[in-house]
Amino acid sequence: MNTEKKRYSKRTILRLGQYMWQYKWLLALAMICTLGSNLFSLIGPKLTGLSIGAIESGRGAVDFEKVFYYAGWMALFYVVSALMSYGLHVLMLTISRKVVYRMRQDVFEKLMTLPVGYFDVHQTGDIISRISYDIDTVNASLSNDLVQLLTTVITVTGALLMMLSISPKLVLVFAFTVPLSVLITKYITGKTRPLFRQRSAKLGELNGFVEEMISGQKTLKAYNREEYTQGKFDKKNKTAVEAYYRAEYYGSVVGPCVNFINNLSLSLISVFGALLYLAGSMRIGDISSFVLYSRKFSGPINEAANIFSELQSALAAAERVFRLIEEASEPADAENAIVLEGARGEVELQSVNFGYLPGKTIIHDLSFRAQPGKLIAIVGPTGAGKTTLINLLMRFYDPDSGTITVDGKPNAMMTRSSLRKAYAMVLQDTWLFYGSIYENLAYGKEGATREDVEAAARAAHIHSFIKRLPEGYDTILTDEGTNISKGQKQLLTIARAMLLDSKMLILDEATSNVDTRTERQIQKAMLKLMEGKTCFVIAHRLSTIENADLILVVNDGEVVEQGTHGELMERQGVYRRLYNAQFE
Amino acid sequence: MKQIILKYLKPYFPRMGVGFLIKFIGTIMDLCIPYILAHIIDTVILTKNKGLIFGWGALMIVCSLLAVSFNIIANRMASRVSGDATENIRHDLFSKTMRLSNAQTDFYTKPSLISRMTSDTYNLHQMLGRIQRLGVRAPILLVGGLCVTFTLDYAMACVLLAVLPLLGFITVYVSRRSIPMFGGLQEANDRFVRMVREDIAGIRVIKALSKTDYETEKFRSINREVVERERKNGMVMSIINPSMNILLNLGLVGVILVGAYRVNAGTSEVGKILAFTTYFTIILNAMMSISKMFTILSKAIASGNRIWYVLEGEDDMRVMEIYGEAMGDEGSRGDSAEAEDCEICFDHVTFSYLKKGEANVKDLSFRIKKGETLGIIGEIGSGKSTIINLMMRMYDADQGRILIAGKDVRSYEPSELKQKFGVVFQNDTIFEDTIAENVTLGRKISSKQLQDALFYARASEFVKNRDDKEGEALNIKGANLSGGQKQRVLIARALAARPEILILDDSSSALDYRTDAEMRKGIREHFQDTTLVIVAQRVSSIRNADHILVLEDGVPIGYGTHEELMEGCDVYSEISRSQMGA
Repeated sequence: MNTEKKRYSKRTILRLGQYMWQYKWLLALAMICTLGSNLFSLIGPKLTGLSIGAIESGRGAVDFEKVFYYAGWMALFYVVSALMSYGLHVLMLTISRKVVYRMRQDVFEKLMTLPVGYFDVHQTGDIISRISYDIDTVNASLSNDLVQLLTTVITVTGALLMMLSISPKLVLVFAFTVPLSVLITKYITGKTRPLFRQRSAKLGELNGFVEEMISGQKTLKAYNREEYTQGKFDKKNKTAVEAYYRAEYYGSVVGPCVNFINNLSLSLISVFGALLYLAGSMRIGDISSFVLYSRKFSGPINEAANIFSELQSALAAAERVFRLIEEASEPADAENAIVLEGARGEVELQSVNFGYLPGKTIIHDLSFRAQPGKLIAIVGPTGAGKTTLINLLMRFYDPDSGTITVDGKPNAMMTRSSLRKAYAMVLQDTWLFYGSIYENLAYGKEGATREDVEAAARAAHIHSFIKRLPEGYDTILTDEGTNISKGQKQLLTIARAMLLDSKMLILDEATSNVDTRTERQIQKAMLKLMEGKTCFVIAHRLSTIENADLILVVNDGEVVEQGTHGELMERQGVYRRLYNAQFE
Repeated sequence: MKQIILKYLKPYFPRMGVGFLIKFIGTIMDLCIPYILAHIIDTVILTKNKGLIFGWGALMIVCSLLAVSFNIIANRMASRVSGDATENIRHDLFSKTMRLSNAQTDFYTKPSLISRMTSDTYNLHQMLGRIQRLGVRAPILLVGGLCVTFTLDYAMACVLLAVLPLLGFITVYVSRRSIPMFGGLQEANDRFVRMVREDIAGIRVIKALSKTDYETEKFRSINREVVERERKNGMVMSIINPSMNILLNLGLVGVILVGAYRVNAGTSEVGKILAFTTYFTIILNAMMSISKMFTILSKAIASGNRIWYVLEGEDDMRVMEIYGEAMGDEGSRGDSAEAEDCEICFDHVTFSYLKKGEANVKDLSFRIKKGETLGIIGEIGSGKSTIINLMMRMYDADQGRILIAGKDVRSYEPSELKQKFGVVFQNDTIFEDTIAENVTLGRKISSKQLQDALFYARASEFVKNRDDKEGEALNIKGANLSGGQKQRVLIARALAARPEILILDDSSSALDYRTDAEMRKGIREHFQDTTLVIVAQRVSSIRNADHILVLEDGVPIGYGTHEELMEGCDVYSEISRSQMGA
């Protein structure tokens, strides 16, 4: 378990590295800037020493020419160093934004290829938490912390070299303190990594909860559940805060500990420096500059230690992001998959078996055949597996056994996108996005003209409603807009489907929320529009499917009866019972 | 932002005070160490006493140990305080969010509320922790360092001091510019999050229409915008560090030049210049920390303001004291007494969501007695759900009044009003929890009541077939239930507490006719005292109601029994004929 996690951490770092590697030239430039900026600032103390040397001679004997000379160089070096450091920041910022951009894009593209079932079992809040926050955490780390780490490396090396040139013996002090520092950091890191991982997970959970509750706010209010929900929230909130605290409890130890080690080194330097002085092998001035450089040596290390805890949380966040990116996509299209074009719309199912969970088959041995241009009505009690049928037709899921063919060619041999494009679909849950009504309607058909859209809207009996809106077709639909009712949303999605050139149409209870009076009108318009299309209609309203060419009566996932309305009524079976129920 | 700090940190001021004190001692310990070093070099070495050197060295280590312990304790205390304060802020914000009126929720929009609740509180949490950790140490190092330089040589110290206002100016200038930028960034971020959320909700449609490439492109442009804003913002923020470096180091050059003149004039010594350089590093580092704090602060202030904006929002639905005579004119007073006998009474109610353009409900009046059934039918957008919203005081009517059990809805305590209702909204929410929990929602409902509710909602059968019965866990938005099963669970939820008024807003559309009919019959028989409001599109669902209200564009165009309406209301009789196939 532990080793597995470790391996994962390594992989996470490797993957982050891959993202960075794409910008290796910019990174190299950043390296140069870091190098320059730090070297120039490392020369600073040396020049300070030189100019102080020119003052040293004391009262009345100061060599002003030299002082100004060195001071001038100092000013120049510092300015150049600062400019380079700004350049470095800009560079790193550019790189980190590019990486973040790429990562977000990768996550999003992943979301687009995941099987639809993924979204049924993962809270939207948690997914969003990954694509926004977790990536932000990574990003903050890349833009700030990396620069700092780079600076550390250079300053530390530079300072070390300077110290070595002053007194190699005194540098031995670090042979004791640096390993100590490494040990301590390593110990703490080992402790904090799982804690940071937990912190991200708990936060994701909290966010998922918040999302769900705010979405259901109206219901919760209607049942006076504000207090109760608050209680649940408080628990999750507490866990999230606790997880954050526990991570910080150890994380915030790193800074003071490293600081302690620096102080320890300083104490040792003082003592041994003093002893060396007594032995005559070191001058006081040397001790001073050694101390000065040892500060330069430890200063950034201290900073880096603070950053280390940030890197920890960045790593935990990156891991969550990569786990999402590594989710299994929908299986790729078959290698020699054909692009379905100009389908006639003949659909056939041959002994199809399917279940969402292995071993839990809910569609048993289903076969039927839909001729081009026919209207297939699927009816049956709730939970009989009608939605599942749609999932199979659209290839949101693949059957466990049996085949589904379009125009005699098996679905599995086609590209998903061309297969799906061959269908127009109106689902139970209407989906509209933030944008104008025009954009929403034209969504499925590229290059649809205003006239096309209006014609479709007219056919869906929503045109006059749209015209009455203050901005007409340019009205922006806000996600939680109150100006559009559920029924109107449904009509909009119907209009959207009407625009498509597909040969097959799927209606999933789409008309069940529209008043029957309107539905009748729509039905007429639709029948006209559906001419030449194979239509699969799922509805409970039998009046809407009386015109069907084939009625599939589904019960427990199996088609128990097939036939026209007239045939089925004569049969005195399930269909007849269902039909008569509406008059009870 | 200020208010948030004041309100939420105040209770922790004593604890923060203690923490600061501990941190203060710890930092002073840190400052002591170079001082001891100076002492060793200046005086101890001259005594050539090795024991004394070891002694002072030991003292340094003791100081280091104290520093590390105190700093750790202080850091942990700071984490505790920031955690606790964040917990409270989140608590209050969530509480406020859950209690926002629907009009307010519409105004903020849900995605924005969610991001305030999540990313903004997170920013605040980070800020509170870091400010406490750095906020004490950096100023102490800064002030301490400055003090020491003044005791060394006031003229040279003045050069340093002169640089500080410049530094302050830059920091303030940059923060001023970046705070609005952070606001803009957060808004772009909201749009970004909204799009992801939207696409997750519509993934089936997107796939069905093969629009994944299009969505990816759309995402690309939003992504690019956010990243671009982040970059610009970062460019401004990163001005601080290098300019600080330049200013402080130029200050150092100034010190050397001033020092050169003073040494030449005999008023100072070289050793002091040397000491200055040491303290310089400390001051520089302190300034860097402070500037880092400003970065964090700018971000947190933008978030804090967004949070505070919600927190300080006034409740727009107050409980009012309304007396009978206050409402209505002289003529309707006798009428008023009669109205109070009714369970539900709408009195010339007019309402519009947008407060402009056409009203969603116009001059609506009707009365329903206890135990009666009201059916509401009408085209989409005709105002059926609006009536439900008004009845439960999700919104306040613009004109007219609404009485429930003889009392104006505005004069009820919200919880008292809501308690009377059991309701299924259109598109109601199923939570990611067990079936039982979805029905009870944590109310005090016995298992007998739960079973009854499931039974009358015609849900018992499918629940029994589930592996864990009513303990079965449901997926997000009830994804593992069919449409009809979801509706039945929702109806069970509405029935469970035996409400005085039961509202079913288009809640049986996914049920087949037989189940629907059986359910209504069962409810009518076993919930005789319950007043029933059914919003439906099927005439069969409401034809037996005591009163049927027919709506068109928010205007009542028919009111009466099925038989009366078949005679007197053309629209109704047309709908009826078309549906019943007669």
